[in-house]
Amino acid sequence: MGRMVILATAPSSGAYLHWGVINVSWTNLAIIGAMLVLFVLALLLPFPGERP
Amino acid sequence: MSTSWTVRTREALGRTLPADQLLPDRQPVYVASWIYVFGVLTICALLVVLASGAVLAVGGVAWWHVSSLGRYVNSVHLWSVELFFVFMVVHLWGKFWMAAWRGRRALTWMTGVLAFVCSIGTAFTGYLSQSNFDAQWISTQAKDGLNAVGIGAWFNVLNPGQMLLWHVVLLPFVVGVITIVHVVLVRRHGVVPPIDVAPEEQSARREEARR
Repeated sequence: MGRMVILATAPSSGAYLHWGVINVSWTNLAIIGAMLVLFVLALLLPFPGERP
Repeated sequence: MSTSWTVRTREALGRTLPADQLLPDRQPVYVASWIYVFGVLTICALLVVLASGAVLAVGGVAWWHVSSLGRYVNSVHLWSVELFFVFMVVHLWGKFWMAAWRGRRALTWMTGVLAFVCSIGTAFTGYLSQSNFDAQWISTQAKDGLNAVGIGAWFNVLNPGQMLLWHVVLLPFVVGVITIVHVVLVRRHGVVPPIDVAPEEQSARREEARR
């Protein structure tokens, strides 16, 4: 029982960005940022074997 | 016309989806871009999701919590889903900004939307099927919203057996079928060209690719 209480109250919810109506964890924000970087790289990086 | 329904079906399939469209060996030159890779990356991630999910189904609920191999396969399942969604969203962004519904491709676009929505439902039922405190927390948070829209009686997030069956049978089947239809439609209508390619140039390039 003691172990369950510890698990239930463990401070593991992470840090959040609060900005007006926006409430997002920094982890999720970093993942969204990484996806945007991936998208831009996919547009800009030359494809192997690409003809001029 | 033949009286055999088998022959009629074969002929209709042959007309609708010729073999050179189903499995083309050449593509237009504009496909040589990384942004065109994310659709097939999504399918690759989906295959890993399905394979790791099948292994988890063999081992069972206790196995993925208590054995090191089970925890490893559980992690492979989670991270392949994460990559699946990353690839699918980048694919979605790419197709949205190139207006991929052009050229009679509306059904291709809509099946993609359906695949996305059904994938979210599949991932959601996956979170509910973890059999841990996280699953309990998510289900108690979700029940009020789902009851408020009136579907709680048929889709009860507090019923882990129902959620597990939706997760391992119904929703993967739906996602799989929609994905196959989506890919067949892409093959049928060809890869969408960039917006600045003129229509006559598009058809010429497509003919060139088909030869």
